[in-house]
Amino acid sequence: MSGLAREDPDRLFVVTAGRADAAGPVLDLVSLIVGGVDAPPGTPSEHARILRLCRYHPSSVAELSAHLRTPVSVLKVLLRDLARTGLVAVRAPESARAPDRLPDLETLRQVLVGLHEL
Amino acid sequence: MDSTNSDGVPLRATARDAFKIVIVGGFGVGKTTMVGSVSEIRPLSTEEIMTRAGVGIDDPTAVADKNTTTVAFDFGRITLDAERVLYLFGAPGQQRFWFLWDQLFGGSLGAVVLVDVRRLAESFYAIDRLEHHGMPFIVAVNRFDGPRPPLDRVRAALDLQPRVPLIECDARERDSCKTVLIDLVEHLASLHAPETTP
Ligand SMILES: Nc1nc2c(ncn2[C@@H]2O[C@H](COP(=O)(O)OP(=O)(O)OP(=O)(O)O)[C@@H](O)[C@H]2O)c(=O)[nH]1
Ligand SMILES: [Mg+2]
Repeated sequence: MSGLAREDPDRLFVVTAGRADAAGPVLDLVSLIVGGVDAPPGTPSEHARILRLCRYHPSSVAELSAHLRTPVSVLKVLLRDLARTGLVAVRAPESARAPDRLPDLETLRQVLVGLHEL
Repeated sequence: MDSTNSDGVPLRATARDAFKIVIVGGFGVGKTTMVGSVSEIRPLSTEEIMTRAGVGIDDPTAVADKNTTTVAFDFGRITLDAERVLYLFGAPGQQRFWFLWDQLFGGSLGAVVLVDVRRLAESFYAIDRLEHHGMPFIVAVNRFDGPRPPLDRVRAALDLQPRVPLIECDARERDSCKTVLIDLVEHLASLHAPETTP
């Protein structure tokens, strides 16, 4: 355990306790989180750290999780709090592959173009 | 560390659609090396919670529970264009890590099974599970020093279906890794065409 959790597991438990299934957007590992506002006064420090990280540019759930050294599923609880209160917006991965389907050809073509240009 | 993006290259403000590709393989097979070779950021590492029974959890409040542990995985990022960004995840292939596929890697475009020919058996389980998950994949043999059996022998040993591409690569070389990704995406596109009988 590291990051927020290592600093104080009980604290982490308190910030996320009982709200594992709290309402809020579905979040993918690569959902892009868009902030842009400063943390309002009284924002819990865990949430404020997230808002700082996506203050000037979007950031994926994975990157936030890595930078904050917080397990993905714990981070998602905090992100849903922020999304519910409108402090962040979520750009879901629209072109994710549906179960038992192939990614659509147009998506694949665009990925190929990007890869060739690397 | 948490107030700036210390790895430079922030995502573009216009980024709005992210893709996942997973590189899966045994310990030390070169997953992190491959991610690092093509990523525009230094590979990052993060973690997810799982129970000791080896299944993921829906309830992160169980973080305080003695029955949970965390597993680490790493990833990199490639900006494809103004709106699209590709994330590459390196995932261990061992059984106890497979909850990550249900919990985090669902919706991936596809997977690369990275193989060390000296330890082929470590790939059996991953290949099995990918087939089971209906996750399209290609197999890339990472060139380490030592004997290099011909690819048709590797194919036979892995019992690969004829349609699954098998290629060689050098995880340390950017161009080689780029080719692996292109081969995977071309394979995904080819799967749209009806299977041709040989
Ligand atoms: N000779 C050679 N060495 C390589 C190659 N790819 C990786 N290595 C080396 O193999 C070692 C393991 O590579 P990693 O990228 O850490 O492998 P990994 O799959 O991420 O390993 P774990 O995360 O520990 O399971 C490192 O010392 C690499 O430098 C390759 O293509 N050729
Ligand atoms: Mg590694």
